[in-house]
Amino acid sequence: MADTPRLAGYIARDAGQHPAALHPAYKTSVKRSPQAALLSFPSGPGEETGPVFGHDMLGPLDHDLIHNFAADGRSAIGPRIVVQGRVIDQSGRPVPGALLEVWQANAGGRYRHKKEGYLAPLDPDFGGCGRVITDAEGRYEFRTVQPGPYPWPNGVNDWRPAHIHFSVFGAGFAQRLITQMYFEGDPLIWRCPIVGAIADPEAVRRLIAPLDMDRSLPMDARAYSFDIVLRGRRQTLFENRMEGL
Amino acid sequence: MTLKETPSQTAGPYVHIGCTPNVTGITSVYRADPGATMKTGPVKGREITVTGAVHDGMGQVLRDAMVEIWQADGDGLFRSAQETRGDADPNFTGWGRSAGDMDTGEFRFETVMPGAVPTADGRMQAPHITFWIVARGINTGLQTRMYFPDEAAANDADPLLARIEHRARVATLIARRDGAEAYRFDIYLQGPDETVFLDI
Ligand SMILES: [Fe+3]
Repeated sequence: MADTPRLAGYIARDAGQHPAALHPAYKTSVKRSPQAALLSFPSGPGEETGPVFGHDMLGPLDHDLIHNFAADGRSAIGPRIVVQGRVIDQSGRPVPGALLEVWQANAGGRYRHKKEGYLAPLDPDFGGCGRVITDAEGRYEFRTVQPGPYPWPNGVNDWRPAHIHFSVFGAGFAQRLITQMYFEGDPLIWRCPIVGAIADPEAVRRLIAPLDMDRSLPMDARAYSFDIVLRGRRQTLFENRMEGL
Repeated sequence: MTLKETPSQTAGPYVHIGCTPNVTGITSVYRADPGATMKTGPVKGREITVTGAVHDGMGQVLRDAMVEIWQADGDGLFRSAQETRGDADPNFTGWGRSAGDMDTGEFRFETVMPGAVPTADGRMQAPHITFWIVARGINTGLQTRMYFPDEAAANDADPLLARIEHRARVATLIARRDGAEAYRFDIYLQGPDETVFLDI
């Protein structure tokens, strides 16, 4: 009988790779950050399972933000891009069937939301939401317009770097993640108090998608690549070793 | 080699555009907001309602939070490809998502009383619902659990609750009864009643 690898609990989150809960330069975090330590507990069935999302939930334009809100025959205004990548876990295994929900401002930096106060105009043909489910190799791809940077009320003159928000469901609820993808070369990234909540610049770099000319569509869209790594599970060998080993 | 996890970033004030667009008035893209309905037919077990709100350190209710729950069905099984213990109720998704009321911030879930679920090493846990909370100002989504006030004996034997060092804080994870088949669970991000959040 060969050794059988068995998946054990999820690897604990490495706090050093994540933003601090309390980062005073991001003012809203001051009164919304828990002050007690998190209670650590090994994951079990409730964390190692997660909701199932079938490809049948997706509409034909869910992955196409250029067209999924636009009137017939029209398209969103702005630089056309493809965003693509893989969702893998910390062991490097692909995560198939992962639901990615994305949302973003339009090319002028304006969100379609009633609480949004920025004076940049709404694009009547841009809603700002889309979703995809990863394939068997953990791959995903969607198309959109590159969002604009926008000002926000924090300091007197804070601007968010251009970004796309991602909500990710992996296989287990313990992998649940919301993050933001930034664009290579944006000088606002390193001035942003929300980005700055992540202390490790190497961790920040993993949120910055490089331009990927090999995947661009000539005369149509540039491409940006963004791979997402979700929490992995420990592997243990639980069967008896064979005689002679 | 173990890769590093992608860092979290705040969901920001516009999380609802991506996760519950119909609530924000973007109604032409998705038929329905994911997680709006947990029951897709007649379900097994007791049907219950769970309501509550998320409170900041100044005692103010968050009106921009998004709350998700994940739980077992009435028999303690999860509707998931990863569930190995049996087949869960086909009419119950186990997963709910609430944008909260735009004016009051109150979340509401129409769900079922979860059955008990063991830990990975086989100890029985008290019935509970997993909560996950994101909002502007929350840099990494916060996970916690809601337990039931009418399950005192099971709660006393629950291995996670037993691990809470400051015993007065156990109460922050126990909902209160709010009428017949209704429970209320308030989540406090800070202050004397700060909810116990989990690294799990
Ligand atoms: Fe944003």
